[in-house]
Amino acid sequence: MMRVVAAAALAAWGSIAQAEIEIQEVISPGGINAWLVEEHSIPFVSLEIRIVGGANLDRPGKRGAINLMTGLLEEGSGDLDARAFQSAREGLAASFGYDVRDDTFVLSFQALTENRDEALDLFRASITDPTFDDVAVERVRAQVIAGIEGEAQRPNSIAGEVFFAEAFADHPYGSDMSGTLDSVAALTRADLVQAHADILTRDRIYVGAVGDITPEELAVVLDDLLGALPSGSPDLPTEIDFGLEGGVTVVDFPTPQAVALFGHAGIERDDEDFFAAYVLNYILGGGGFESRLMQEVREERGLTYGIGTYLVPKDYAEMVLGSVASDNDTIAEAIEVIRDEWGRLATQGVTPEELETAKTYITGEYPLRFDGNSEIANILVGMQVQGLPPEYVINRNGYVNAVTLEDVNRVAAELLDPDALHFVVVGQPEGLESSQ
Amino acid sequence: MRLLAPVFAVLAATSAIAEEVTTFSLDNGMDVVVIEDHRAPVVVHMVWYRVGSADEPVGASGVAHFLEHLLFKATDKLEAGEFSATVAANGGSDNAFTSYDYTAYFQRIAADRLELMMDMESNRMNNLAITADDIETERNVVLEERNQRTENSAGALASEQFRAALYQNHRYGVPVIGWKHEMEQLELEDALDFYDLYYSPNNAILVVAGDVYPDEVMALAEEYYGVIPAEEALPERIRPEEPPQRAERRLIYDDRRVAQIYVTRSYLAQERDAGAQEEAAALTYLAEILGGSSFTSVFGEKLTFDQDIALYSGAGYGGLSLDATTFSVTVVPAVGVSLQDAEDAMDAAIAAFMEEGVDPEQLERIRAQFRAGEIYARDDSAGIARRYGAALTSGLTVDDVQAWPAVLQGVTADDIMAAAERVFDRDNAVTAWVVREEGGFVQ
Repeated sequence: MMRVVAAAALAAWGSIAQAEIEIQEVISPGGINAWLVEEHSIPFVSLEIRIVGGANLDRPGKRGAINLMTGLLEEGSGDLDARAFQSAREGLAASFGYDVRDDTFVLSFQALTENRDEALDLFRASITDPTFDDVAVERVRAQVIAGIEGEAQRPNSIAGEVFFAEAFADHPYGSDMSGTLDSVAALTRADLVQAHADILTRDRIYVGAVGDITPEELAVVLDDLLGALPSGSPDLPTEIDFGLEGGVTVVDFPTPQAVALFGHAGIERDDEDFFAAYVLNYILGGGGFESRLMQEVREERGLTYGIGTYLVPKDYAEMVLGSVASDNDTIAEAIEVIRDEWGRLATQGVTPEELETAKTYITGEYPLRFDGNSEIANILVGMQVQGLPPEYVINRNGYVNAVTLEDVNRVAAELLDPDALHFVVVGQPEGLESSQ
Repeated sequence: MRLLAPVFAVLAATSAIAEEVTTFSLDNGMDVVVIEDHRAPVVVHMVWYRVGSADEPVGASGVAHFLEHLLFKATDKLEAGEFSATVAANGGSDNAFTSYDYTAYFQRIAADRLELMMDMESNRMNNLAITADDIETERNVVLEERNQRTENSAGALASEQFRAALYQNHRYGVPVIGWKHEMEQLELEDALDFYDLYYSPNNAILVVAGDVYPDEVMALAEEYYGVIPAEEALPERIRPEEPPQRAERRLIYDDRRVAQIYVTRSYLAQERDAGAQEEAAALTYLAEILGGSSFTSVFGEKLTFDQDIALYSGAGYGGLSLDATTFSVTVVPAVGVSLQDAEDAMDAAIAAFMEEGVDPEQLERIRAQFRAGEIYARDDSAGIARRYGAALTSGLTVDDVQAWPAVLQGVTADDIMAAAERVFDRDNAVTAWVVREEGGFVQ
């Protein structure tokens, strides 16, 4: 039923600092699998649950159904209406989280040891037996519609909407998971029931648990909470190529500071060069004040408050993305600097000093992530979704340290292409026009 | 790597939790708070200064925050940017933040790097070596920060106008980041005058949380901070006080970028004071009762469930403040509901609450959540560090911080109703409608 799969020593600095977490794999009698770190010093437990699929599973013409369904899980279940359900939860001082992303559905649970079973009963009812009553559906639908209208007024959201629509067209990645005003207005209760059936299945479920609970107790919890979920998940989407060519798209929006979202195709999470790309991105724009873009665009020229770049390896497409905001008068200059730095890194690579500094930060920062029950539970479940073994927490810094200067510079030349960069700029930028 | 070998001894040995707090003061007046949490080999090192935007000289709004940026430039020992680069090169992260009542600098890093952090942080308390060039570039950066946070956000601009109307004399009416026209004029002397006066050990609090022991922190603190002389000229922290407010103020903020119209009102309210936190505790409950839960709060019930008035509603109160704080109520109307109807319904809900009193079951649910919140908080030693830093820079003592959970647990329904009677005085309030009518937006 349970075995200890890794006693993970989390990175050592010099000779002294060393934390150990013990990841245990728990398999319930009903066949639900979880990773557990016991931490009995504070009387509460955190569970993080992921179901692969997410908003990608919206059926044709039903964009927004899974998002709306997710918002309704906390609105009553069984014989409890929304207010009775929430009164019960508040009285237990438990927190329940329901969230959906493109690729995964997210459940989060936190409760005190003293009333954990009652909290779990309530949480289970919300997952397996939501009411979707008409009043709640209309209330949450109105909130979702207000959210869509709000996003339409936010420069960053507008940039994302345009960028992803141009990059991925009809693939689920090409549209916001909230849906459109029209698609959300048209959703019926039957659509929500279908979305629930499509998402809440047990075939692709992963669990991370941290806190005041034993493996034996967790095994019982897993079956109680998730054992009743049916098998039979819908098919997942297919891979899609990043479909946006290099250039600029200007979206006119009257606001004093223009915002830009930019990027091109990226690298898969399980690519053997992923760690080299990760180090590269840190040097380019991932590393706070020290990155090249932060130095050139902010520190040297004062063109922005913040600029960052990110590797975005989604399940069915990969990107390198970045974002920057600058006055309408200066955004064009900022973009020019970004393109130049992008090209300089691709052709000239990084210095040995930059590589060493990046590795020291990346390896030093990793153990700092394990700083709370729900944080550790999130890491555990994320590793499972990515197909990583428990030993990854021990080996991960070794993968970073194994990256060589040749690796980074080869990957820089392969990955970074200033001509392929597409910028979506929202604002009223001076000296910048959409390319054809 | 060891596999399959249970190491329960390690867990048992690290079962100490983040509630072990030790405090002491250095001879030069610097206060020190040590929060032990030995579960992971990590430390948070923070220095909080008892100075914020509300301490700025008239005409130099934004200088506290501007100076915060400049502290990452050169000192006599460090080059510009070297501080953060050194933290990062040691696997840590660092940042800083400025508020009305405090300015704080922090690093999160492996516990065995604490001495290096103290070495650098103590160095920049007195030895900044900034140039006119730094000023030029960094002024543009903070102007872009203002663009990003405020000019690009209808809600932030509305809130700025709102506070300016609420505080008639106190500097809480001036935005932390500064008014744009004054930020543009900030010069080297503004920053240095502020720095020389306020950045001193007798105006600072050191908070260290994580895998550390008080005696080692004390030894390091004495070595690095203890040698810095106290600032003799440090002024008493006396700000312009609010006069008796005699008239409700109302404003309409109109911006085409407003997505959701809303009505919001803030009342001046009593803050947490040293040795006297009961009123603030009662107001903390009042905010939860009126608008804490969108399902079970008074506003949720009366404005969303019993009637279709509010898409969202809420009430807010933050007791941590050196001077008078605010109690606020907000309604985002449902589709087709006017702001006038929303405001009327909000006022009717408050009036009904004043008539009906506190629901005892709701009160006990909230009390249980505050109690549980203290248990969950033990999982976050950095959060406890912020709690101490913010309190000690807002006029409270360590005793006040430690008494606060018990003060909260002791609040009664009568306390809450009495506090509500006192706070709901429309002469002490601003009501704002945030609308999108004329498409008004001025660059």
